[in-house]
Amino acid sequence: MNHEAPIVEFLGLHFNLANVMMITIASLIVFLIAVLATRKLAMKPTGIQNFMEWVMDFVKNIINSAMDWKDGGRFHILGITLIMYIFVSNMLGLPFSIVIDHTLWWKSPTADPVVTLTLAVMVVVLSHYYGVKQKGVAAYGKEFLKPFSFMLPIKIIEEFANTLTLGLRLYGNIYAGEILLTLIAGSLATGVGGHLAAIVPMLAWQGFSIFVGAIQSFIFVMLTMVYLSHKVSSDH
Amino acid sequence: MLTNGFVVAASAGHLNTGDIVFQLLMFLILLALLKKYAWGPLMGIMKQREDHIAGEIGAAEQSRTEANKLLNEQRELLKQARQEAQSLIENAKKQGDLQRDEIIALARTESDRIKESAKAEIEREKEQAVAAIREQLASMSVMIASKVIEKELSVADQEKLINEYIKEAGEGR
Repeated sequence: MNHEAPIVEFLGLHFNLANVMMITIASLIVFLIAVLATRKLAMKPTGIQNFMEWVMDFVKNIINSAMDWKDGGRFHILGITLIMYIFVSNMLGLPFSIVIDHTLWWKSPTADPVVTLTLAVMVVVLSHYYGVKQKGVAAYGKEFLKPFSFMLPIKIIEEFANTLTLGLRLYGNIYAGEILLTLIAGSLATGVGGHLAAIVPMLAWQGFSIFVGAIQSFIFVMLTMVYLSHKVSSDH
Repeated sequence: MLTNGFVVAASAGHLNTGDIVFQLLMFLILLALLKKYAWGPLMGIMKQREDHIAGEIGAAEQSRTEANKLLNEQRELLKQARQEAQSLIENAKKQGDLQRDEIIALARTESDRIKESAKAEIEREKEQAVAAIREQLASMSVMIASKVIEKELSVADQEKLINEYIKEAGEGR
């Protein structure tokens, strides 16, 4: 518990080296999975190509549930990459964590609020960018005055609240899961009795964490598409 | 950045700006690479399959309508052929009837003609026969008469008769 982070200052920026490493590893895994799965493409899909096509259809359905495919088609690639990246990140911290000299090295990158909020801010900024691009500045601005002009402050607060909840929901779920896993792992190490007592909760919580990780990645992409559709769609 | 700065500053003491930059950069790189090497080709093949299926459906539809058209054509042709055969048979029948009547008429006239000629022949033969009989009868009667006359006729009568005959013969000439 309360492990330190390996923070290094470079060019005036503070880097958490554990985060940097885990982000890189997660990106690499996603890249390898995606590229290896799409090496042998065929009209008649087999094996892993079926799986990747299922993922694509899954994200396509998420987008379709939020907005028209005409508006949302351009977010397809973003959605697939996001869901795979977050899912893999969530899974990374589950099997083990590595602590060297009280410094936590191996963990889920999404168990850090900076990382999740970065993704959330990226999504919200993207939604504003596409809102302006799609509707023009005037129509985009008018959206803030709907349905009543006095709701402008609430609308502005909503944007920040969206960002915060989007990022912190993911962070909270994954971080809490890892804390509990660490606690149970601590119990595992205490002796025979603690070991036996901790086996069942460990199994249960790891299974539940896989479920939570999958659900959270789904929710993140789902909300991403909802926020994007609020800004992009013109039918409400 | 105000919002997450607030949160992170509370937990870590200072903001890991480097992480933010790194995460953003990595994600964008990942996005670009995957778009180029994974999702692009995958979407391409899915689109291709979609087109292929659409094309196949179109082709099937087309061939179906074509088959239907051909079927109708064939049906029409069959009907026509049947009609033609029917008319051919009818014609042949008519022709046969006509020919039969002709033949019968011809045969009838022929038979009539043969009958006529046979009748004429018979008539002629009969006449001939009658004439022959008559001649024979005359000579026989002469013979009988001469036999009878030979017995009862006197020389004077004979003379008178002969003269009469001679006279007759002379008149007949």
